Amino acid sequence: MAVDKEKDIIINSNEENNDHAELAAAQHFKVISPGRMVAKRFFKSKLSIVGLAMIIFLFLFSFVGPLIVDATWGYKETQVFKIERNSDMITKAEFPGPDGKEYTYYDKSQTLVIFKAPPSAEHWLGTDTSGFDIFTRLMYGGRISLVISFIVIFLETVIGVILGGLAGYFGKWVDQLVMRIVDIFACLPGLPILLVLSATINSIESIPAEHRIYYLMAFLTLMGWTGTARIVRGQILMLREQEYMMAAETTGIRAFHRIFRHLVPNAMPQLIVTATLGLGGVILYESTLSYLGLGVPFPRAAWGSMIALADPSKGQEILANYPNMWVPAGLLIVIAVLGFSFIGDGLRDAFDPRMKR
Amino acid sequence: MAIEMMEYANNSDNILEVYNLKKYYPISKFVLGKSRSYVKAVDDVSFSIKRGTTMGLVGESGCGKTTVGRTILRLHEVTDGKVFFEGRDLSKIPPARLRKMRPQMQMIFQDPYSSLSPRMPIGEIIGEAVKEHKIVPKSEYRAYILKVMRDCGLQPHFYYRYPHEFSGGQRQRISIARAVALKPKFIICDEPLSALDVSIQAQIINLMKDLQEQYGYTYLFISHDLSVVEYLSDTIGVMYLGSMMEMGDKKKIFANPMHPYTKALLSAVPVSNPDVKMNRIILEGDIPSPVNPPSGCKFRTRCPNAMPICAEKAPVFKEYEENHKVACHLYSQD
Amino acid sequence: MGLLDMLKRRKVEGTEDLDNTMYLTLREERRISRENRKIMKQYEREKNRKNVPEEEYLTQMRDPSNVVEFDNLHTYFFTDLGTVKSVNGVTFDIPQGKIVGVVGESGCGKSVTSLSLMQLVQAPQGQIVEGSIRYQDINGKCYEITKMPRDKMLEIRGKEISMIFQEPMTSLNPVFKIGEQMDEVVLLHTKGATSESAKARSIEMLNLVGIADVEKVYNSYPHELSGGMRQRVMIAMALSCDPRLIIADEPTTALDVTIQAQILELLRDVKDKINGSIMLITHDLGVIAEMADYVVVMYAGRIIEQGTVREIFHNPKHPYTIGLMKSKPSGDTKDNRLYSIRGQVPNPINMPDYCYFCNRCDYAMNVCWKEYPDIVEFSESHSAACHLYYGEGLEEQKKRRVEVENNGN
Repeated sequence: MAVDKEKDIIINSNEENNDHAELAAAQHFKVISPGRMVAKRFFKSKLSIVGLAMIIFLFLFSFVGPLIVDATWGYKETQVFKIERNSDMITKAEFPGPDGKEYTYYDKSQTLVIFKAPPSAEHWLGTDTSGFDIFTRLMYGGRISLVISFIVIFLETVIGVILGGLAGYFGKWVDQLVMRIVDIFACLPGLPILLVLSATINSIESIPAEHRIYYLMAFLTLMGWTGTARIVRGQILMLREQEYMMAAETTGIRAFHRIFRHLVPNAMPQLIVTATLGLGGVILYESTLSYLGLGVPFPRAAWGSMIALADPSKGQEILANYPNMWVPAGLLIVIAVLGFSFIGDGLRDAFDPRMKR
Repeated sequence: MAIEMMEYANNSDNILEVYNLKKYYPISKFVLGKSRSYVKAVDDVSFSIKRGTTMGLVGESGCGKTTVGRTILRLHEVTDGKVFFEGRDLSKIPPARLRKMRPQMQMIFQDPYSSLSPRMPIGEIIGEAVKEHKIVPKSEYRAYILKVMRDCGLQPHFYYRYPHEFSGGQRQRISIARAVALKPKFIICDEPLSALDVSIQAQIINLMKDLQEQYGYTYLFISHDLSVVEYLSDTIGVMYLGSMMEMGDKKKIFANPMHPYTKALLSAVPVSNPDVKMNRIILEGDIPSPVNPPSGCKFRTRCPNAMPICAEKAPVFKEYEENHKVACHLYSQD
Repeated sequence: MGLLDMLKRRKVEGTEDLDNTMYLTLREERRISRENRKIMKQYEREKNRKNVPEEEYLTQMRDPSNVVEFDNLHTYFFTDLGTVKSVNGVTFDIPQGKIVGVVGESGCGKSVTSLSLMQLVQAPQGQIVEGSIRYQDINGKCYEITKMPRDKMLEIRGKEISMIFQEPMTSLNPVFKIGEQMDEVVLLHTKGATSESAKARSIEMLNLVGIADVEKVYNSYPHELSGGMRQRVMIAMALSCDPRLIIADEPTTALDVTIQAQILELLRDVKDKINGSIMLITHDLGVIAEMADYVVVMYAGRIIEQGTVREIFHNPKHPYTIGLMKSKPSGDTKDNRLYSIRGQVPNPINMPDYCYFCNRCDYAMNVCWKEYPDIVEFSESHSAACHLYYGEGLEEQKKRRVEVENNGN
């Protein structure tokens, strides 16, 4: 019956009633909702799901973990555990004997050691050279790494968007100026400068050790914003040529709204991708600096400084005999960097086929 | 100069008057060097449009017709010449005032895919500028947008949809609605049909005609499709390499094309009738580069009637019968 | 802001009943992609077989005077939203030495038809699911293209069947000179060709397509040429191996009218010189009227009407064809409204089982909403798929005419 009714309407209305004919056509297919399109493409790739799982794990580990530890056992990263255990101590000396031959002297004795406890039920990964619980320190270290990387990336993105946006939108001398600044920053060798600066800050006594981390973040930001600025400028140069920007101008939308309602939302996908990919980089940087003793100051935990315990220049002992002290921190760095890269790639592929269909 | 100034006699019948419009794009040779050569995208074009009529601007790609449209709206700065809109010289208005005037002159773009911001819902695309310019009081805003959408054949529930859900024809309707919502007097249509299917083209043509009848818009219709221009326009201008070759009443141009280029253009249109074999004028060669246009008459390199004088001096754009101007030496000789 | 907004879906009050757009649920989506994967794998396995014996793809033509016969061809695309039946039962012939025009709107399957013939349908989403395409080579040997192994197809594609695309810039490689690209085609497809003979052949071809300064064009890069010139080069390239059939997919759409006239003239000229056939795909009825001998009108993956160019243009039968002709503006329709086919091209997913055009058709009747019309033959060459001309539909049409006359009185 429904068919008959529709038919009548269509015969009676040749021109006027477009709606019904269109509706009839619309009933025969289903479309996909726009937000889900991106989500679907993202979740289609196994790698991005793996990445997401890695990062979720890290977040739980570093932000929820410390709370649980604190609530159940009531200690923090700098709690010193003195676990007594007997350890074999072998003293070895070589000396020339009265007969002229070389002799080796061994003395095997037992010592009482309170640090460097092996993994146990109470301390899953043991304790380190200062008697801190390694597992707990991994959590706190992750918290520092993630917070630093998010703050740095956020600041980089803000600076990059503002400067890159100005350069791309206004062009001419603004563009020249900004891009030359970017060029200068791109010329600077990042690591050496960071080393020098960190060392300088260390030696200035008026700066308390706890504040060093803020300076560190500022430097990381300063070194990193140029990439974002370049990308934003490129995006805006491309988007500016789109006809909808011209349409915004002909309809007399003011420049502020043109930038923030039209340009920025359309440049957003690209920005999210760059930022995600950048997170891993910052974590690496932070770890490197901590490894070199220039990052987070001592009693506080950082993945980099935890690996630094195994620094071979200070003796092979930890590197060889205590993998529980440095391997987990290394693994977590790998997980963080890989996780962010996987998510970034997944997002890029999800956004990339432009929102047409 | 004084005489030229006299020519800017503003006729109140005309909504738009363009005098000697020029738009050159410099080609910079070195990073900091001064540019010596220019792309003469629009080179000395003058015309006027009467209120409530449609002027068609035809020509091949690269002839500068799109640039004419954009320069009139000052999306590109004018190199030289005057554009009067409603008797006011647009090139002298400061940007802030120009922005306030924008709603009166609107534009419909060629590519329905890139002319709508993909991250804005339809209602906002249409209404953004309405809010900005306070075209209607806030309380009536939504009803007004829905009414404009209905006028343009868009269903109300599209309001919160995003552009990617629509076909080319519907997107072009949205683009039209965005222009119409600002209650403009004058609309430049820059090839609005060329990306659409034939059956959809006819719908959009009808929509544009209906809107014109209802609200009395003046159109400048830029297109390469002669049959559409013939259908929609009252007057027609034919452009070639940045210059106006022939201009006049539609009927006169189609019944009696004078310029050899117009003749060739008209004869090149394929006819939907297998039995009509056109006596076709096939032009030799390609359009020359606008960086280095031929001396004298720009068309002479492809013109079947080229004469020695054509290379020496440019023909004057003159009226040979009422409302019919041509720039060609064929008619100026005697 | 944009992303979050898009996840929410708001509605305008009072239009809830109008807004019947449905969204795929996650479960449906998963089911679709699971099924697609299975189907695609199966077809790909079939295609990847090695050493297929020749008998499997040799066949007989229905009519030996044809170069190509499409027979009930179905090419589907298995997309994430569902199966798109791009070509849905297409049957037509391309006779030797004739121009067959395929006309239709975007998405009607005209390009996919030609790509199926070239075995260039984008795999694994796109697959020929049913039907056959028969091709007859110069020696009278007939091949079944749908069953041809890929390596054998290489010998036909580009040599015996060549293609001209809409946008010549994207089909020429910008880093090689025109000459190098043309020579490559000749070297690839001609046995015993040397670089000298290839160059000679290329230059001969460039001469054939009416390029004046052959040496200069031969030594230039694609970006140095104008659009019309590039299209000429493309045609020269397509001709260089003496093809039996040229597929011209919207060859003039990107060109200006005056250049279009040159290229069409050239195509006609060239066809006579090489005694080949042309399959001309376009949306422009004017181009079809000028060029084609036979016309095939496609709509939503099906042929709705076909016939000789005179039959189609002087006596169109299907309401869609009639509508297309009427909706092209011409000078004498000035003051009346231009006729337009209302509505939009239907979404290609889950097409109904009745006539695809009936929601846009002025003559739609009861029966049109019930079943897909049969093909009605008006002459040996002219046929259309429409209810207006047989059975129940014809009856109702007569009745309605009587009513109109009565009302008139």
